[in-house]
Amino acid sequence: MSQERLTGPAAIADISEIPPVVSEWSRFQRVFFQRKLVMFGLAVLLVVVFCAAFAHWLAPYDPYRGNMADSLVQPCWKYLLGTDIQGRDTLSRMIYGCRTVLMVGFITVTVAAIIGIPLGLMAGFFGGISNMIIMRAMDALMGFPFLLLALLLSAVLGGGIQNVIIALSIALVPGYARVMHGLTLSIKENDYILAERAMGASSRRTMFGHVLPNALAPMIVLATAQLGILILAEAGLSYLGIGIKPPGAAWGSMVADGYQYLLSNPVLSFAPGLAIMVVVFAFFMVGDGLRDALDPRLRGLL
Amino acid sequence: MAVVTLWLVTLVVFFAMRLLPGDPLIIFMGESVQSGNMTTEQLAKLRVEYGLDKPLVVQYLTWIAGLVHGNLGTSIHYHEDVGKLMAERFPITLHLGLLAFLIEATLGVLLGLVAAVRRGTWVDVAATTFANIGVCVPVFWLGLLLTYFFGLRLGLLPIAGYTSPFDDFWMSTKQIIMPVVCLAIGSMSFTARQMRSSMLEVVRQDYIRTAWSKGLRERTIILRHALKPSLIPVITVLGISAAMVLGGSVLVETVFAIPGVGRLLVSSIFAQDYVVIQSGTFVIATIIILLNLIVDISYGWIDPRIRYS
Repeated sequence: MSQERLTGPAAIADISEIPPVVSEWSRFQRVFFQRKLVMFGLAVLLVVVFCAAFAHWLAPYDPYRGNMADSLVQPCWKYLLGTDIQGRDTLSRMIYGCRTVLMVGFITVTVAAIIGIPLGLMAGFFGGISNMIIMRAMDALMGFPFLLLALLLSAVLGGGIQNVIIALSIALVPGYARVMHGLTLSIKENDYILAERAMGASSRRTMFGHVLPNALAPMIVLATAQLGILILAEAGLSYLGIGIKPPGAAWGSMVADGYQYLLSNPVLSFAPGLAIMVVVFAFFMVGDGLRDALDPRLRGLL
Repeated sequence: MAVVTLWLVTLVVFFAMRLLPGDPLIIFMGESVQSGNMTTEQLAKLRVEYGLDKPLVVQYLTWIAGLVHGNLGTSIHYHEDVGKLMAERFPITLHLGLLAFLIEATLGVLLGLVAAVRRGTWVDVAATTFANIGVCVPVFWLGLLLTYFFGLRLGLLPIAGYTSPFDDFWMSTKQIIMPVVCLAIGSMSFTARQMRSSMLEVVRQDYIRTAWSKGLRERTIILRHALKPSLIPVITVLGISAAMVLGGSVLVETVFAIPGVGRLLVSSIFAQDYVVIQSGTFVIATIIILLNLIVDISYGWIDPRIRYS
């Protein structure tokens, strides 16, 4: 390959400045899979997915019904992380909590993307009045801190996993719309869009067939990073008691429940909180890895 | 433009509140009716008193008219003026938030700066690791950890409450240390990450190479030439962190039982006190919009290439 290049116009430039020709996939593999932190994140996420999928036979005890005789047991061989006031095994509840985390995270991101991306796409593509209406509305939603908007909405809807998902999705939509809006504006200026329009392609075809696919990589990166933020927000809502309703197993409410027994049984609060932190960290690391692996501007640098 | 956004915010808040299943009064008053303290006639009278018998548009316009005159409505739960409730609690949240923000901004920028300048060394690794972990820590959990170790085990700091610094400065400071740390750590890490990457971007520029080749000292180059341009993207992040601090205060005030605005909102949610939620969220949204306006203006100040017409 490099031999061919020397005869072309590129021969004029310094050879060391020419990025080596690497296929996109092998670059992805190299950047993504060869970083320890990214691999750590990926491993954590796999464990969480595994726990969520096989919770019913991984969990040693029933997460919802405890043994009152074994109330507030310290961590021991029988109960690895101890039990809460109702005698429920902390470890089992944490394993079932994986389901809550994944469900809230993935459904919310998907719903928010399905609503937010077309809004941003239309606002950026058509401009004018639709741009103004959509982006003004998004600005209004952005006026609230993310957690506060989620709080307001879940307060209005009442708790429960379904309403938490709805509340968080609505709170997340403006973020997607904004980023998609910006991406659309820059992609729209490309010559291939002009060519497409000149061939008489409809707006819909141009938007969904050409603008959207070119914006997909950054949107995936955004979604991964937002999974982490979402999990923190859901945990916060559950901690306040506005999120997942008892007896549902959510890590955030487990931390809150353990507060009363902080001095005698600190593990009750510490363990679920640590789990939240590690999972959020994993999502952020995988997000960073994806960003570097998918960003075409870093081609040749990484 | 900020006014239009503000108006849209009132729409969002008002109609979100009216999505409440059923009558906002019923849920709160329902208990009193059941316990026999109040008859259905009295309930109807109350409904008229709070204007809930009128059509939605009229209710909305009444609320807006009140806001314009600085009247935020009367709380159902506290039977007090919401403006007064907020005015009592706002200085507390401001004290907490402002301290957290100042610490967050200063340390975040410093941490990012040092990490970028000493790129690849152990300083960078330590700072980056700290920042990467800091953004993931659940605020309320960190609060619990600190309470456990510094409050309960070591007995160094009081675990809850708030004292005005004008009444007892030493006690106030002791009480506010843990909340401020909790509130600052997330956004500080966020700021540090942004500062590091924008600083690395700037030191690659030609004018920095020129500065080096002129033989300037490193300190001069970093502080006089590289700092200002690298702060531009950080200012956006600082705007977001200010919002994060305000949002986080809801959690932190709950953990440490601090009677601030965030605590008021949470307890109003449980008390179904829609008047307080409605006006409270409106006030907070207004603050955020103003902050964003300040951020936009400071762009022009720090980067003369940006000018608004």
